[in-house]
Amino acid sequence: MFQPELETMSREALERLQLARLRTQLARVYVNVPLYRRKFDEAGFRPEQLETLADLTRVPFTVKNDLREAYPFDMFAVPQRDIVRVHSSSGTTGQVSVVGYTRGDVERWSDLMARTLVCGGASADDIVQVTYGYGLFTGGLGAHYGSERLGAMTIPVSGGNTARQVQILKDFGVTVLACTPSYALLIAETAASMGIDVRSLPLRLGVFGAEPWSEEMRRQIEEVMGIRAIDIYGLSEVMGPGVASECVHQNGLHVFEDHFIIEIIDPETLQPVPDGEQGEVVFTTLTKEGIPVIRYRTRDVSRILVGECECGRTFRRMQRVTGRTDDMLIIRGVNVYPSQIEQVLIGIPGVAPHYQIVLDKRGSMDTVEVQVEVSPDLEFDEIRELEALKRRVAGAIAGALAVSVDVRLVEPRAIQRSEGKAKRVVDLRNKEA
Amino acid sequence: MLIEQLSVFLQNEKGRLAQMCRLLGDGGFDMHALVVADTAEYGVARVICDRPHSARRMLESAGFAVATTRVVAVEVPDRPGGLAEVLEYLGEQGVNVEYLYCFPRPGGAAAVDILRVEDPDRAVGRLIEHGFTLVRSGQVYEPDPA
Repeated sequence: MFQPELETMSREALERLQLARLRTQLARVYVNVPLYRRKFDEAGFRPEQLETLADLTRVPFTVKNDLREAYPFDMFAVPQRDIVRVHSSSGTTGQVSVVGYTRGDVERWSDLMARTLVCGGASADDIVQVTYGYGLFTGGLGAHYGSERLGAMTIPVSGGNTARQVQILKDFGVTVLACTPSYALLIAETAASMGIDVRSLPLRLGVFGAEPWSEEMRRQIEEVMGIRAIDIYGLSEVMGPGVASECVHQNGLHVFEDHFIIEIIDPETLQPVPDGEQGEVVFTTLTKEGIPVIRYRTRDVSRILVGECECGRTFRRMQRVTGRTDDMLIIRGVNVYPSQIEQVLIGIPGVAPHYQIVLDKRGSMDTVEVQVEVSPDLEFDEIRELEALKRRVAGAIAGALAVSVDVRLVEPRAIQRSEGKAKRVVDLRNKEA
Repeated sequence: MLIEQLSVFLQNEKGRLAQMCRLLGDGGFDMHALVVADTAEYGVARVICDRPHSARRMLESAGFAVATTRVVAVEVPDRPGGLAEVLEYLGEQGVNVEYLYCFPRPGGAAAVDILRVEDPDRAVGRLIEHGFTLVRSGQVYEPDPA
């Protein structure tokens, strides 16, 4: 373990620590973040009323839209001079949320990511290839700082150029690969086409996250790469990668509860559900300074796994995320809301804002086909005009979503409406969760 | 001197062209020419039929995307080199032909060629000046009632 004194602390000691940190956190956001002050006031809640952890249920939720409306910096809880780093979620303008980190936040994040790597079985002796994207996305820099903190040899490759990924994997004797699970499979396929059997390389561990994946996919990756594949979890609104991680037992993700309180709620009633029952994951940050979130509704669906883990960590485990309570899709690691596509289509003459997204896999990579209805009054005659329209739509969608898509033009009213509402998404990717 | 052609957007789906033809048939719209330009995903059926305005409204109410295009119909002598003369002349005049198709007139010594050009009014003027015979809409299909 990276921080055994914390990772194995007794439940009682942990809850004492959580309560103390929560009190401080609530008091700070009440004073420093107008949005929280307003929300707390409206709910008739004052931070000093929090006496036990159970009182957290009296505190209002924070939702994605709060962060969007605060764009860019309105939810920061410290003056701008104390922020040393920003990241942001993907999305169109008006959909983006920006998060800020103080020096202390970066320190803690590095620790938590180092903890994640060790939790999955890495050590300072490893050579870690970071293939998560570097940039505004939290994946690349998050994993990078954690790997350096651990003392591993860190290779900041970032995403893309798969043949080069394979070459580095082989030439540098990489032992740990950090990327999305679908990209890991693409690397394996690319290696095979280059005549390299990944199983014969020193690579032994994969630290995979940023998109939902199934047990079946894990088995496939472990088989073709000859490694142990670990599921990690995080989201930029809460911190980035390093919020929760599987250990070598691969049975649920230990939530780093000294820094985050996890709740599982019923998304309809918004009431907590008992441990073991499925619901929406809600996080409260306990130590974040730059942009603390209080009862943030992640929209991810999971449950708490009851019982202790053989690894000795006392942090409770959440099951791998099995779905969403909203319509957000994760395509090649990028968050996409179908409504963003509608906004793009409304701006393009010649097509109707009716569409259907068909997600599938070509090899290991997600493919996205957007079927778009041509508008009934489209003046078309030549194929090249229609092809140009198709390219215009594909370009506009790719620009807005940061995901490339195939566009298929279909006839007016070709997309089925059920109860007056079209079925927007057909997901033919892994059915098993 | 121009005639009206319907362009119908068809997604590649079994029986879609047949549905279009059935609708035209049931509506009493005789088709005089039909060509389909297709890609892997969709096609455009170009149709010369009776009462094109009514036919368009009928197809649209059945859910088809339909556009009306004004095209040139020129009579071409049915002998080797007949069409080449027309195209060479248009080329000299700087008229760019986007596409064309032809249908023989039953029992006639000439075929009718349908030409889609950028500036159809200008093309018609030049063709008449040069002595080519243009075909009026009424000679090809039954026009819409006024």
